[in-house]
Amino acid sequence: MTCTPTIAVRDLRLAYGQKEAIRGISFEILRNEIFGIIGPAQSGKTSLLHCLNRTIDFTPEARVSGSIRVDGEDVRQTRNIFALRRKIGMVAPLPVGLPLSIYDNVAFAPRCAGMRRRSELEAIVEQCLRQAALWDEVKDRLDSLGTKLSGGQQQRLTIARALSHQPEILCLDEFSIAIDPVTTMRIEDVLKELRRSMTIILVTNLTQQARRLADRTLFLWKGRIVELDHTDIIFSGKPANRQTYEYVNGIFG
Amino acid sequence: MMFAITPHVRRKQRHETIAKWVFFGMAASMIVPLVLIIGYLVERAWPSLSLGFLIDVPARGMKEGGVWPALVGTIYLVVLSLAVSAPVGVLAAVYLNEYARDNWFNRIINLAVINLAGVPSIVHALFGLGAFVYAARFGYSIISASLTLAIMTLPVIIASTREALASVPRTFREACWNVGATRWQTIKAVVLPNSISGILTGIILQVSRAAGETAPIMFTGAVFFKAVQKGDFFPYRLHEQCMALSMHLYTLSTQVPGVKESVPFATAVLLLGAVILVNATAIILRGYLRARKKW
Ligand SMILES: Nc1ncnc2c1ncn2[C@@H]1O[C@H](COP(=O)(O)OP(=O)(O)OP(=O)(O)O)[C@@H](O)[C@H]1O
Ligand SMILES: [Mg+2]
Repeated sequence: MTCTPTIAVRDLRLAYGQKEAIRGISFEILRNEIFGIIGPAQSGKTSLLHCLNRTIDFTPEARVSGSIRVDGEDVRQTRNIFALRRKIGMVAPLPVGLPLSIYDNVAFAPRCAGMRRRSELEAIVEQCLRQAALWDEVKDRLDSLGTKLSGGQQQRLTIARALSHQPEILCLDEFSIAIDPVTTMRIEDVLKELRRSMTIILVTNLTQQARRLADRTLFLWKGRIVELDHTDIIFSGKPANRQTYEYVNGIFG
Repeated sequence: MMFAITPHVRRKQRHETIAKWVFFGMAASMIVPLVLIIGYLVERAWPSLSLGFLIDVPARGMKEGGVWPALVGTIYLVVLSLAVSAPVGVLAAVYLNEYARDNWFNRIINLAVINLAGVPSIVHALFGLGAFVYAARFGYSIISASLTLAIMTLPVIIASTREALASVPRTFREACWNVGATRWQTIKAVVLPNSISGILTGIILQVSRAAGETAPIMFTGAVFFKAVQKGDFFPYRLHEQCMALSMHLYTLSTQVPGVKESVPFATAVLLLGAVILVNATAIILRGYLRARKKW
């Protein structure tokens, strides 16, 4: 693991109308690390990811201040937000199979980016479906609808789609709430594999998942950072902050 | 016993049965007026109903003969008006639903659409007269009448299209945006293909509305009578006036003395038949497109 930051957040604030969701947070995410984000419901985890890939733009009442730099470039100033979003793979909590064929679900992003060659597209589709541990189940019916897959399969399809534009950063927002433990483990193995080539941000409500996977873990609460440290320390029983201890041990009041 | 039927349960079941039949009766009673209207019209029109009525031109000062020129005229007006209002309406609805932010300008557009949809057709007629016949100098013509019908159908097409677009869940759009798709790429790949059945149904229903209204065309381009060759499919030029079924029915019933009694009824049957045909097409089309729905 090299120690260059790939994402640098400075004094980020976000409010939906009058309601503050993120209240001034600063941190850095290093290249090729798995960065865990934990925190109770409503702490602003999902909102943070929306700021990162600028999909917050689609929420008109949202007001953002501060800066997020991805490889030195401020995402709030970037000219080409489509390139930004392709650089960041995003997996939403609930599985979304687009109402297209399985093949088109995965080929959609490359096509949007201008890729037309059949051979290239086929290679990407197969590679991404393999990475998402879905290939063996769907390889014989790539032209059936993505929406007709089971929930867990759709979640893996969502992951395959997030990988299809070959992102450098992969954000997973509670990816395992719709899938069974066995598949979850398979995907966790995939993530360990992927981290060699990309940075992974893992938002999770399962603190044990962060413990298993993350190099460093950030504990977010009510839009503020309570603690950010190496995962070992967060889960050591002696984190710097008492709230962290209580949260990860499930005695949060 | 856990599943025993207590008096309370029995009473509930009885209420349930009564409610179901009352509601069913109300719904079923909708059929009665339709059947009565059609039955009455067909019975009165019977002596005149024939293929000849469809393809003949009016004879002896419109007292006899068929409705060919009016039928063709109505087709002209409907096709032309929807050729204008359907594309404009669909594109406007896409803008309003997919692009427009919530600012004062877009709120004004919304307000305009809603209010235009409620304007009575006679007001559209007067507007068309002023705007197209006089101001734009199209004169009393098929163009003026079609444009007036287009203005009349436009807001309804916008409203129905917006409804169809809004029925596509937002999560699909977000999934597309997340992978770097532009709004237009998203609309093209996911939104339009999955709302097309609703959009087309909305447009088709406006066909019967455009065919049935009298006022908007009476003031702008429809005439009582126009000499036309029997079986001529292209009897009209766009800058001329034309006959139309709705207008023809009005004329026959009020302006022509001594007309054979069954002729106006036959015209009404034709108009109603056309409307039912169009609506049935809409239902079948929607069923067909729904069957291919993807989630
Ligand atoms: N579109 C929105 N409009 C208004 N308020 C919002 C919106 N999205 C989120 N919020 C608010 O922002 C706060 C943070 O929400 P966020 O979804 O980021 O929490 P979260 O940490 O992801 O929670 P969870 O674990 O339940 O997913 C919440 O109080 C929420 O109500
Ligand atoms: Mg969330």
